[in-house]
Amino acid sequence: MSLDIAISVVMTLVIAATPILLAGLGELVAEKSGVLNLGVEGMMLVGAVAGFISASLTGFTPLGYAVAGLAGLCASLLFAALALTLGANQVATGLALTIFGTGLSSLAGAGFVGTTITRLPALFPPALAGHPILRLVFGYDVIVYLSVALTLAATWFLNHTRSGLILRSVGESDASAHAIGYPVTAIRYLAVAFGGALAGLAGAYYSLAVTPMWADRITAGRGWIALALVVFSSWRPWRLLLGAYIFGAVMTLELYSKAAGFALLPPEMLAMLPYLATVVALAVIAMRPSRGRLDAPRCLGKTFRAGA
Amino acid sequence: MAVILDRRTLLAGAGATAALPHLDARALAADPLKVGFLYVGPVGDFGYTHAHDVARKKTQDFYGDKIKTNYVENVPEGPDAERVLRQLAQEGNALIFATSFGFMNATAKVAKALPKVYFEHATGYMRGPNLATYNARFYEGRAVIGTIAGMMSKTGVGGYVASFPIPEVVMGINCFMLAARKVNPKFQTKVLWLSTWYDPAKEADAAKALADQGADIITQHTDSPAPLQVCEQKGLYGFGQASDMSSIAPKAHLTAIVDNWAPYYIGRVKAVMDGTWKTGDTWWGLKQDTVQIAPYNAAMPDNVKKAADEVKNAIIAGTLHPVTGPVTDNKGTQRLKDGEKATDEMLEKMDWYVEGVQS
Repeated sequence: MSLDIAISVVMTLVIAATPILLAGLGELVAEKSGVLNLGVEGMMLVGAVAGFISASLTGFTPLGYAVAGLAGLCASLLFAALALTLGANQVATGLALTIFGTGLSSLAGAGFVGTTITRLPALFPPALAGHPILRLVFGYDVIVYLSVALTLAATWFLNHTRSGLILRSVGESDASAHAIGYPVTAIRYLAVAFGGALAGLAGAYYSLAVTPMWADRITAGRGWIALALVVFSSWRPWRLLLGAYIFGAVMTLELYSKAAGFALLPPEMLAMLPYLATVVALAVIAMRPSRGRLDAPRCLGKTFRAGA
Repeated sequence: MAVILDRRTLLAGAGATAALPHLDARALAADPLKVGFLYVGPVGDFGYTHAHDVARKKTQDFYGDKIKTNYVENVPEGPDAERVLRQLAQEGNALIFATSFGFMNATAKVAKALPKVYFEHATGYMRGPNLATYNARFYEGRAVIGTIAGMMSKTGVGGYVASFPIPEVVMGINCFMLAARKVNPKFQTKVLWLSTWYDPAKEADAAKALADQGADIITQHTDSPAPLQVCEQKGLYGFGQASDMSSIAPKAHLTAIVDNWAPYYIGRVKAVMDGTWKTGDTWWGLKQDTVQIAPYNAAMPDNVKKAADEVKNAIIAGTLHPVTGPVTDNKGTQRLKDGEKATDEMLEKMDWYVEGVQS
């Protein structure tokens, strides 16, 4: 494999990994607060369509990302209102949000099928972004760098700040956190909203950057992969980043190896790999003798009612 | 007047309609004829399902108030289709088009149970007294774009973004390759199987991988315009799938194989109205205008346009069959002797690749 192709492979995998990382990161923070939101795919689609429509109408792509984040946030608030305020089952509400988001995006985007917009340019000047080798590091748009920065920020926030500690305590034991005076539901609202905004941004990365166009169900199930990666990462942001890049690498290398004339795996295997990897990771983590559990927040998915 | 249904509103309506006695639509002469469509993908895919829906709208416009078309989109292939088919029939659709291969068993089962409803199944092979099949000879279009690819490619390497290795897709690859080799005997085709009909991001990455491996012209048998978009970005050429996709990639889009189901749908609706509907298998192509070639890109030189038109016209006139011997497969076995033409049966069961295909 020549150097040129190798660089091309890495760049393709980074772009493939970025939206999954963003969506996964948002879900990770929400899950750390004890909320399981299975609506990632729906929120991504809402973000994707809102971002595309606003970018298409104004011709200003950055606005598309802003609107997408906002739209994802609004969708997540819908989930929060049902699951956190009204105490509905989180799994059912999350699935409903995915179904709703899929339908809504399809309805809203109907008039935009077959249209396209301009991508964001690379963040760095062409001398760096277009350089045959340096483009490996400098050749991406701002969202790619943002996703890495957010991973670092999430690690720092969760592990080294007081707010992060409170958020984790809410996820580990909602009753105790409540007993010592923390507003459990309000904290979870914030975590879910953060997750929604990132999912919206992730969805928009598909409709504005990966394939800058609108087509129904453009995310094609990547929200589920993001959900799987959160478990794979055992709720650690840097491992999530690693997982997303491994996922991107496997998908990209497979395509490139086949195009080069040799196949590592049959295509059906390729399609199940991310899920298979999650199962394997779960098994490996569960086997570690020092940790009896999977590092999952203890209150994950449980409905909290003050005084209950 | 079209009514949009999805599976969920259909479910909600199921309880209400189940209580009513079953009414045969034809018994109510004054009412418009109800025609149902079952789609595998979203109508907004801008590809295969989109083309069926365009034809549905054309049929609706053609008959105006005399008919009422309904559709259900995103129906999974398999057992779920049966429930949706029964529901469509119960709602009084007298003619139902099931537009994807994977609906075959469900359609056959429901057709047997409801003998008064006419069913039409696209791309399948199970038929019955009230179940007809129809398909289009898309492979004829593949021969036209193969000719263009062979002449336009500088590297002599074509990329093919493919879905599943079923005969429908395999015959397309072979026709593309045979036509390209006729104009460039050294032409190679690299095929990438994705195991999906629709996944824009994956389709785009596949196109990138093919381009990085030297393919300078890319065609696809998946449903989104994503591969074309990669061609546009990289300054390569490509072809639209099922619909004219030039709006997505004005420079890269040389032409497209356009599915035009409208003549068939209009004809079949008329047959039901006249009481002349008969079962059978219809396989129309360029000649019947079911397969169309979209307008050529202005960037295509005149001699390429001319060569493409010649292939198209010869197929229409019946003087050229896209799969004519001598044909050798990519393992070296001779499949067709000199001058021998592939039969429809051979095409429908095709599971081998012609020389020069790397899959």
